[in-house]
Amino acid sequence: MQQRERRLGLLYAAPLSLFLLLTFLAPILLVAGFSTMPEKVFSLTQMPDFSAYRTVLEQGYWKSVAWSLFMALLATLILLVICWPLAYGMAKVFKRFTLVLTIGVVMTLFVSENIRLFGWVLTLMKGGLIEGYWRYWTGQGFDAPLYNGPIIVFGLVYVYLPFMLFPLAQGISMVPDDARQAAYDLGASRWQILKEIDLPLAMPGIMVGSLLTFVLAAGAMAESKLLGGRAIITIADEVQTAFTYGQNWPLGSALAMVLIAIIGTVAIWAISKADLDAMMGRKS
Amino acid sequence: MTDSSPPILRINALTKTFDDFTALHGINLNVRDGEFLAIVGPSGSGKTTLIRILVGMDEPSDGAVWLRGTRIDVVPANKRPTCMVFQSLALFPHRSVGQNIEFPLKLRGVAPAERKARALELLDTLRLPRDYYSKRIQQCSGGEKQRVALARALAFDPEILFFDEPLSALDYRLRKTLEKELKDLHRRTGKTFIYITHSLEEAMVMSDRIAIMKAGRFEQIAPAEEIYARPVSKFVAEFMGEVNFFDLVKGAAPGVALSAAASAALAGQTGTLTIRPESLRKLTAEGVADLSFEGIVTAEYLLGSRIQYRMTLATGQEMIVEVLRENAVEGGIGAALRVGCDLSAAHLIAEAADAAA
Repeated sequence: MQQRERRLGLLYAAPLSLFLLLTFLAPILLVAGFSTMPEKVFSLTQMPDFSAYRTVLEQGYWKSVAWSLFMALLATLILLVICWPLAYGMAKVFKRFTLVLTIGVVMTLFVSENIRLFGWVLTLMKGGLIEGYWRYWTGQGFDAPLYNGPIIVFGLVYVYLPFMLFPLAQGISMVPDDARQAAYDLGASRWQILKEIDLPLAMPGIMVGSLLTFVLAAGAMAESKLLGGRAIITIADEVQTAFTYGQNWPLGSALAMVLIAIIGTVAIWAISKADLDAMMGRKS
Repeated sequence: MTDSSPPILRINALTKTFDDFTALHGINLNVRDGEFLAIVGPSGSGKTTLIRILVGMDEPSDGAVWLRGTRIDVVPANKRPTCMVFQSLALFPHRSVGQNIEFPLKLRGVAPAERKARALELLDTLRLPRDYYSKRIQQCSGGEKQRVALARALAFDPEILFFDEPLSALDYRLRKTLEKELKDLHRRTGKTFIYITHSLEEAMVMSDRIAIMKAGRFEQIAPAEEIYARPVSKFVAEFMGEVNFFDLVKGAAPGVALSAAASAALAGQTGTLTIRPESLRKLTAEGVADLSFEGIVTAEYLLGSRIQYRMTLATGQEMIVEVLRENAVEGGIGAALRVGCDLSAAHLIAEAADAAA
């Protein structure tokens, strides 16, 4: 009986396993294979020589990696701070207005990221919506706040807000009201309630939201291309350049592998560190 | 615990109105230091609103609450020297038993070693094994969680400890055990307990005084025996258990045969006679009693050592009679039954008293 159930389990898992194998694992293996090839070849049949990795180290690509990770981290922290009150409101205060807010935020996802970022460029650029009107009315122009580092972080915050907001709201909605009330009754200040009750009990939502935004932001390039005018070149941009203009598949693959390794390590570390069941008190 | 000692808690003309509904109608109450007061009422009587105001989770619309001479209804809940055991217990699921108990001490910045020592002491007080200190809340049974919640409240060392029906979710036997433990704990700690419940039984077992609430007002505030023997209204009488009512108009009560002495005592009075089913006794055809009743048995129920009968009187009124098993009515359903009681067992609720309620 038990053996049959186990076999049935395997059978049921087979389609999804096959799908993941083909669409997730296979491309990664392919990229991993290419990353070991001599540079500028287009086949996997050469003798592996890992020369692409040497190029990654020697050509200063680490700067792009560092910038990407730094900006992703910064965007994640900023998102945590600005989404917390909003998510708290959605989970505990707004009631029916939460639905309006949810639809509003989700609707932005219907329009492609690139188009929305172009919208910001048109709004902020010299002679654009803001500066143009300002100069028309006052006769004084000013430089566009575009093509620099901070505007890229702004773009990341703007684009990935929903990926922080919704998991956070979900996390906060799991904080029982009576636990907050009991803490208050036992003498906790607002800050103590936040630190002792809200943050630990909403931790699953915080983890999921942070991980999502960090991973997505670390692999982003549209923000730096459109808003940043390549003031900072992100690692994802470098990967794309290597595959397209550079016609150097092994280099692109090696860069991709470095990014995958770093982000994968961070994600696995965070997930293993954050025992979600224990945090939720589900573990017995 | 005499009436002359100053009250620890004084509630003065407390009113709470929601949009178009008045939950509390200017209630007054003095609670003595060290008292175990139970506030009893059916759901919707305002008892939950009252306790929420007393602990600071709600604001009164009018009136004031004084704790040892300090007005506290204007003080936020986290600054009040009182705390509450929640109906849901509201234990922190992400903290261990020990951390839960230590929580109020941690907030005050008590050193970890001292906190732990106090938590272990409280585990002893609540008769929980000391190794529960590091247990997770989810590993505790219902009764153990109950004790952890109590320990956490005691760690706070409140002036008054409020309870919001904390036993209502437990099974009967555990509830009975914990009722006695609570009363015991009250005696040992000497703290003032204010206990909200819809179960009069619970209130009777534990409390020094019972305050019965109805529709946002106190109907009667008195020790259990007095409420039982001398209810001020039909509502209180019925709330205290099954009871027979007979209208008394100018000394005459249809369906009740009065002895000469009883007639004289009740002459000219108007109100409601309340008679508990268990204070009635079986009478023979010639037997005499101050008050006697005759009817036909329509139903019988076995209640352990007692038997309860329902009988219909000649006036058509239903009456409940409870007798010991050895005094069972021969013939059971359909048999004629004659019962009676002394005048002292029948409590008269005077007309005015009930009309006011």
